[in-house]
Amino acid sequence: MFKKFNLQGTMSGQNSVKTSTVRNIRLKLAKQFPGLEPCLDDILPRKANLIQIKCKDHITLYAVDSEILFFQRFEDPITPTLRLLHQYPEILPQVKVDRGAIKFVLSGANIMCPGLTSPGAHLPEENIPKDAIVAVMAEGKEHALAIGLTKMSTNDIKSINKGNGIDLIQYLNDPLWKTRID
Amino acid sequence: MSSEPEPVVTKRQVLYCGVCTLPPEYCEFAASRKKCEEWLKDTHPEEHARLYNDQAITQKLAMTTLSEGRVAKEAAKMEKAMSKEEARMARELEKKMASKVVIKRAERNKRKCVTIVLGLDVFGVDLKKTAKTFANHFACGGSVSKNPQGLDEIVVQGDFSDEILELIHKNHPEVPRDNIELTEEKKPKKAAP
Repeated sequence: MFKKFNLQGTMSGQNSVKTSTVRNIRLKLAKQFPGLEPCLDDILPRKANLIQIKCKDHITLYAVDSEILFFQRFEDPITPTLRLLHQYPEILPQVKVDRGAIKFVLSGANIMCPGLTSPGAHLPEENIPKDAIVAVMAEGKEHALAIGLTKMSTNDIKSINKGNGIDLIQYLNDPLWKTRID
Repeated sequence: MSSEPEPVVTKRQVLYCGVCTLPPEYCEFAASRKKCEEWLKDTHPEEHARLYNDQAITQKLAMTTLSEGRVAKEAAKMEKAMSKEEARMARELEKKMASKVVIKRAERNKRKCVTIVLGLDVFGVDLKKTAKTFANHFACGGSVSKNPQGLDEIVVQGDFSDEILELIHKNHPEVPRDNIELTEEKKPKKAAP
């Protein structure tokens, strides 16, 4: 999603968010990501100075203290950034891809089913439904590789094993990763 | 509800490589792998020992599911990518050395003029901060604006060509003296901040 993203060029407005809106965002996040609840107070304290940055293509970034925490496209669910995921790995369910896929994921390619079912890859026991946000881990690595959106439920991925499994929203060293706010 | 204690979730401190900004375990996929390894050795020797010692490498290879042929092919590809990246950096450095910083003096009103500094951003200088510093130093107006070619330039109200040369040299030693050029120019329009 952030294949071509340049903060300088596309930023159209930046403003602080009202506390009531912050509360709204917290509620939405808690509902969306059950794993996020214990950390929510750390990430978004009640008096957080949340800044909302609007960019081209209806992309909105939410930042606290010059660190981008969440982003949103149109009215899609608010997603955490990869940096936040590294600090709190439990907030998203995890899938693992095998080592051969790492190279392709790092250039932004979507993940095909065989990459998730081959030996070395790992899918969780319980089913993750379609259109869910997951953390993509890599075989042999401690930190998340990317954040993806499931195009098929994990049960389907295990059984059908063909086609597009997970679409990538964010990956290491993509333009959003490199973006810094001053 | 059961009386289980809430799991205490603490924020993890993540170490990011200074060269490629990825977690060090992913440095092997970056084109700057060798530099990453050196950086890690200099700054965090424990991490370096953990990730790069022979035992870890053989363990990793044993864990992976790639066949031997693939591993060799991948290694060759990475070497090529690394040398390409190094060539690119060398070319960019050359371009940097060749590009110039131009200091011009242009007229604004009959007796007032402005000094324009072009081309500092190529050397990674923060234009806005530098414009402010110049303005503070000379107690006059200074700003960054775009010239008709679309490039950013620093405009300082007043005639300070020589002093600006000295200031750049003092504050930004990364700009070599030979690259700075002093010229004159007649500019009919008023320089707006």
